[in-house]
Amino acid sequence: MSIFITLFTISLNAILAENFILVKFLGICPFMGVSKKLDTSLGMGFAVVFVMALASAATWAVNEFLLVSLGLEYMQTVVFILVIAALVQFVEMFLQKVMPALYQALGIYLPLITTNCAVLGVALLNIQNGYTFLESVVYGITGGIGFTLAIVLFSSLRERLEDCDCPKAFKGFPLALIAAGLLALSFMGFSGFKVF
Amino acid sequence: MNFKKQLKEGLLTNNPVLSQLLGMCSTMAITTTLFNGIGMGLSVTIILICSNVVISLLRKVIPDKIRIAAYIVIIAGFVTMVDLLLKAFLPALSDSLGVFIPLIVVNCIILGRAESYASKNGILASAVDGLTQGIGYTAALVIMCIIRELLGSGTFGKGVFGADGIRILPAQYPALMIILPVGGFLTLGCLIALTQWVNRKLAAREAAKEAAK
Repeated sequence: MSIFITLFTISLNAILAENFILVKFLGICPFMGVSKKLDTSLGMGFAVVFVMALASAATWAVNEFLLVSLGLEYMQTVVFILVIAALVQFVEMFLQKVMPALYQALGIYLPLITTNCAVLGVALLNIQNGYTFLESVVYGITGGIGFTLAIVLFSSLRERLEDCDCPKAFKGFPLALIAAGLLALSFMGFSGFKVF
Repeated sequence: MNFKKQLKEGLLTNNPVLSQLLGMCSTMAITTTLFNGIGMGLSVTIILICSNVVISLLRKVIPDKIRIAAYIVIIAGFVTMVDLLLKAFLPALSDSLGVFIPLIVVNCIILGRAESYASKNGILASAVDGLTQGIGYTAALVIMCIIRELLGSGTFGKGVFGADGIRILPAQYPALMIILPVGGFLTLGCLIALTQWVNRKLAAREAAKEAAK
């Protein structure tokens, strides 16, 4: 029973109280870059959930069975980024062959994910927090869901910002950042929120 | 080579954070005290210079198709070195920057400069480019830190001038919000708006000069 409670707490934290984008500041580049339209941001969100789950599993295994047993923990950064790059490439080829519809939908977002710091971030945080395999995978999936939630909410806000009247210097990017700040303010309401 | 022009580009007209809008994750996440800002800025500058030099040296050797992967491995190597050095000699800085030191690997500024500058230019020019862009990044971080620290905790130079810094605002005034994530978005938004305004004024003045000729 206690394992479910741990997993539930991890999920709730990853989605709301410690949202990857709005609280931890991981993955700001895609958050700003592809949030202009609702459907593209949904596509990006799904791609991130998928890759973060796989990356959590793969990097956990590589760390446990390769790096720790050989005493090479200091190589984590180099090895993880290589694993993630290879994984993204592999996922791309696999989807193209097996699920062309999904591949079409994710399109250009897949290669962009290699340099998304949320993915490398989740791999490093899993090790730092000392999660087990199952906890790591759950943290990866729910972290991705938190990312999707934030980017979808933000893109619906942003569609309305396009035609609002504001000082010329704030037009475009600065205004988007300020809107994101207000969104982060509302997510602050979840901090200190404990279930058990 | 025109060092002064490159410095101006790095600091203002082509500032990596404020004009090119790259590397925003770390900019917003760690700029809560001056100590963090200077530490992060210098680490990125050193990595940027080293990776620019090595990539410029190898630019004729690396095959075009796998260049991005090769750049990432080179950058990751330097990031690991800096990470280990900080852990050994500046553990306080390493603790407060946490996961954002290894995350320099995926900082778009470094990969961006490798792709757009170092892979096309000579060694010396690339080193200078790394230095000026690094200075621009550090300057943006330091400005963010000073504003956020002053408004958020009411002090100046926490960690640099003693553990608590110099108190400027009395303890009951500062708005804690500014050093929380919200403040990061708001401060950066206002700073980018200011940069756009200054750059537009500069461009208008240049145009007026041209017209007067």
